Amino acid sequence: MNVRPRATGDRLPAGAWSGSTSGRAGLQARRISVGGGGSHGADLQGRVGAAGLTAMTFILLVVLALSACSRPQPQVHDSPQRIVSLVPAVTEMLFAMGAGDRVVGVSSFDRYPPEASTRVKVGGLIDPDLERILSLRPDLVVVYSSQDELREQLRRSGIPTFDYRHAGLADVTVTIRELGRRLGNARTADDLAASIERRIGAVGQSVADLPRPRTALIFGRQPLSLRNVYVSGGVGFLHDILTAAGADNVFADVSRESLQATSETLLSRAPELIVELHYGRAMSPDDLARERSVWNGLSGVPAVRSGRIVQLVGDEFVVPGPRVADAAERMARAIHAGASSRE
Amino acid sequence: MSFPLRRRVWLTFAGFGALAVAACVVAPLVGTTPVSLGRAFDRSIPFEANVDAQILFVARLPRTLAGAIVGAALAAAGVVLQALLRNPLASPFTLGVSAGAALGAMLAITFIPPLGLAGLPGVTVASFAGALGAVAVVYLLAGVRHRGLSTDVLLLAGVTLNAFLSALILLVQYFADFSQTVRTVRWLMGDLDVSSYLPIVAALPLLLVALVAFAWLPRALNLFALGAEHAAARGIDVPRAQRVAFFSASLVTGAAVSLGGPVGFVGIVVPHLVRLMVGADHRVVLPAATLFGAAFLVSCDVIARTVLAPMELPVGIITALIGGPFFLWLLLRQR
Repeated sequence: MNVRPRATGDRLPAGAWSGSTSGRAGLQARRISVGGGGSHGADLQGRVGAAGLTAMTFILLVVLALSACSRPQPQVHDSPQRIVSLVPAVTEMLFAMGAGDRVVGVSSFDRYPPEASTRVKVGGLIDPDLERILSLRPDLVVVYSSQDELREQLRRSGIPTFDYRHAGLADVTVTIRELGRRLGNARTADDLAASIERRIGAVGQSVADLPRPRTALIFGRQPLSLRNVYVSGGVGFLHDILTAAGADNVFADVSRESLQATSETLLSRAPELIVELHYGRAMSPDDLARERSVWNGLSGVPAVRSGRIVQLVGDEFVVPGPRVADAAERMARAIHAGASSRE
Repeated sequence: MSFPLRRRVWLTFAGFGALAVAACVVAPLVGTTPVSLGRAFDRSIPFEANVDAQILFVARLPRTLAGAIVGAALAAAGVVLQALLRNPLASPFTLGVSAGAALGAMLAITFIPPLGLAGLPGVTVASFAGALGAVAVVYLLAGVRHRGLSTDVLLLAGVTLNAFLSALILLVQYFADFSQTVRTVRWLMGDLDVSSYLPIVAALPLLLVALVAFAWLPRALNLFALGAEHAAARGIDVPRAQRVAFFSASLVTGAAVSLGGPVGFVGIVVPHLVRLMVGADHRVVLPAATLFGAAFLVSCDVIARTVLAPMELPVGIITALIGGPFFLWLLLRQR
């Protein structure tokens, strides 16, 4: 059997929560080892690698020669004017802090803000297109902290990088401030970060006196069935948003970002509320109704019995960028919709 | 002469049958949540509100049954294909059936909007369709220049088709986005948490048809080992027996894979394991492997869902982690 995954077991959904951006990237990295059972993937990689290497060597030589000619310009300390971002969450931050006009290249997965999709696409976590990145003559490239090879190649080309490492909700504003200092935009960035923190704080205040439903936050499952249900564990950005929005995560004791929940786990954890995230594609009201009715198979779950299933559609729930405040506000409204109207 | 064999067959049925039944009875009672049987069977509590009953009948029983069906199907198909192809390395996945199913599942997950068919999830339907497609391709290739099936061509066509489909799977995965990739990778690891009885009911007729075919096969399978000419000389309609073996094993594999994903190891090692225990006569091996496969996968699934609870390990990892060393131990002990 050539299609068995290898060694992807225990960490599969880790990072998956981070959604269409870094989670996606983490999985892409495993993609090579999934399909070919080894040899095919390796062959494919090898062939692409060989061709890419030749091309890359040539380009590196040219670029090295060019950059040698233009060495005297000290670029590192000036504020970057031509930025390439391989991280959608950071792309959103750059646009939100008013540096969107300096973004010349984005990852292949950037969808927001709409202007971002007009920029040159330069690949993603496992397939960054170095040639294209270099051709954009960037003076700053935002990379994932795990992109060691790319960072090294860029270093040799004399191009500074900004390492993105994703973590919890609080780290979003940390990254924004750091980025602001790097861009010479500290004031705008600090304002943006402060406003996000203020809004999330306000969300916390607004739900402070409301009952906190015991909630399962579901961010993925097989459509039209209750198979492969992925829930947020007790760490990470989704758990943080859920907590800020005034709910208690029934999987808070699991110190992972995500886990696969079986029917039994859902029955035994007995959430009073189910919050389900949909993203990546549009959902019609019919689609949503169909997906919602799937839960009727687990009527032993209190949330299902009482019909407390909240469906939230939007990429902001899975991109740890500046829209986290929107995400927290929307989630809080959805969670406490009944409560506030009743009071 | 026939008496000892008949006794052995009955002993096999009794022994391995008891094992399979025991596994299926015990498995629903084992889990991370304590379940009170008294409460579960208490008719005075409405089922909607009876969490014990729901854990038993909605969460655990379907996956136990799915495990039994998938395990029995893959182990039996493994025995049949190893005999048909006269190759101890053959498995239900050798002929590309599971790669076809995987491609179907990948396509459904990545490109097809979530649609169901008669209440079955689209992924299940698409993976079964993919399996059927692969079976058809291999059969046509192997039959094109022969009366009957050429086992060499069958084997090579299957291996090539596997490689070809794997490339297509890589290609589809390359276009998948994050959440789709999670699901495709997870699908490939095998998963018995079917969460409803419907897929089980859908797979059952195929399993029953295959079991009837398997009941007719053992004599032919024994003679395949001597080669097609010898088998024909002993009065076996070789092309027909080959076709029955090929189609029954392939269809039941397709049904099993679309139900539980390509759970590895069961289909290749359970047949050998059982042969080490009961000898090589297919009249004994085939029923023994079918029953043992069911018991083995059901037990592995219990471990998969309890050992790291509340997380769950993919059952395909457990089958190899437990089955591998056990098989080696049995192999060395016999020498």
